[in-house]
Amino acid sequence: MRSAKFDALLSRYYTIIIFLIPALTIFTLFVVLPIGEAAYYSFFRWNGYGAPEKFVGLKNYEFLFKNRVFIMSLKNNFYIIAISLFVQLPFALLIALMISDKLRGAAFFRTVFFLPFILAEIVTALIWAYIYDGNYGLVAAIWGFFGAEAPFILGDKDWALLAILIVIFWKFFGIHMMIYIAGLQAISKEVLEAAKVDGAGPITTAFRIKIPMLIPTIKLSVFLSLLGSLQLFDIIMPLTGGGPSNVTHSMVSYLYYFGVMRMKVGFGSAVGVVIFLICLFIAIGYQRTLMRDDNENKF
Amino acid sequence: MKTNFRTYYLYLILFFLAGVIIIPLYVSVMGGFKHTGELRTNSLGLPIDWKFENYTSLLTNSDFWLFLWNSTVYAVGTTFFVVLFASMTAFVFAHVKFAANKFLYNYFLLGLMFPFATAILPLFLRVRDFGLLGTSWAVIIPQIAFGLGFSIILFRGFFRQMPKEIFEAAVCDGCSYTQFYFRFTLPLSTPILATVSVITLTGSWNNYLLPLIMINDESLYSWPMGIMVFRGEYFTDWGKILAYVSLTLVPAVVFFFTLQKYIVAGLTGGAVKE
Repeated sequence: MRSAKFDALLSRYYTIIIFLIPALTIFTLFVVLPIGEAAYYSFFRWNGYGAPEKFVGLKNYEFLFKNRVFIMSLKNNFYIIAISLFVQLPFALLIALMISDKLRGAAFFRTVFFLPFILAEIVTALIWAYIYDGNYGLVAAIWGFFGAEAPFILGDKDWALLAILIVIFWKFFGIHMMIYIAGLQAISKEVLEAAKVDGAGPITTAFRIKIPMLIPTIKLSVFLSLLGSLQLFDIIMPLTGGGPSNVTHSMVSYLYYFGVMRMKVGFGSAVGVVIFLICLFIAIGYQRTLMRDDNENKF
Repeated sequence: MKTNFRTYYLYLILFFLAGVIIIPLYVSVMGGFKHTGELRTNSLGLPIDWKFENYTSLLTNSDFWLFLWNSTVYAVGTTFFVVLFASMTAFVFAHVKFAANKFLYNYFLLGLMFPFATAILPLFLRVRDFGLLGTSWAVIIPQIAFGLGFSIILFRGFFRQMPKEIFEAAVCDGCSYTQFYFRFTLPLSTPILATVSVITLTGSWNNYLLPLIMINDESLYSWPMGIMVFRGEYFTDWGKILAYVSLTLVPAVVFFFTLQKYIVAGLTGGAVKE
């Protein structure tokens, strides 16, 4: 005999299955399995047709870590991370502190600083490719104003990476500022009032109250910044395409040029696995040190 | 007196920074109206001799509209399925107690940690082996897959904050989970639906790498691919390129100003909640 309770239970499992299956299937097939397959393919030399047969062991990785261009791209990614964490984020925090108070025109500045973030990365990079152009761009105009011959910054091995870093800074500091402002707004007014009554000035308040209370927010922005830096591709393509002489590749643009475009599935997968391991390393470190005291609602 | 002095410097810094943001955008939009010669001599000022041809030739170019249309299809298709699947999944995680709940939730979170570049070649092969190449699904399905994680977090957070009483009352009245999801959860979730939609739409609209890998057929190009092809064709003809840039920039800015609230809510959603 079927009881009402049994029916309810049945309907619960029925619901769970029906509601979870679409997301679970797509996610497994197109996110989880490909990551596993990348690890497997990376031990083969394979062009993607037929079955992978030519097992080469760790040869792909060996080649990768002896390859000057890849090492360069790895370094570039670390520069990007370093600049993002140690220059961009503190700067964004400073601006957030500056305009979160009852400053007149705060809304205007907030919107303007956030504006670059909403542009497509491709568009941002094209705008800057124009700015940097030594014949027609703003750089040309500025140099011309001083009567000097403008340099081609993006074609210069010593300056191209810096030029890219400036664009990254320009585009992304606004989102971090916005994240900090949201965090600052969540700080209770009473605490700030109390500090004021106790005679704390704006700088003391910032260092003793606001920044410590902002730690969970800062963790989030550090995490987003790390992941974003490791994925960098769209900004590089219109600016330098990895050039000149392959000195400005990111790991992803390296993967695109040397793995995808040449359909070297095994080799490209090895690059992917390296990026994956770096992400894993960061994620574990993040869980261990940064997320320890957070509640489970946040990621 | 001291306060005034400080405020003065504060505004000086802020206005300088605002200039650094706005000037590149301004010169780009204006650059589209200039002749090549004028770009060389007058990059900062308003155009002396307004040239509308760069803009009009694009607006009458059928490829330009085709690429915008393709991107619209990718964005709308991706958003529809992400919103549907992610909200269904998050609903189960938020309301239904079962053994693997926490485990499955973390399974989806894991996907957030890894950029899709790590598995881009196997992903391409999977799409190819499923026979999706040459169709819009080649872009839409992977975008759904990679959009699920973050959307599930946002939905779950919102659903959990909904008052439990509604749920209990509805279940007592004999409402099934499915009915509850369609009759109560979705209609009561418009803010989060808007946020997830806006984020997914913009993410898809601006995506460059994924369509670049998946699409070979020019009739399926997305607009970021189109703009790069255009750049290749008119390499130093900056007036034309800047016109293209401006035509995609203006809708983005308008879109942002109308939906600012949802965009910011979504991007900072994880941060504000304590």
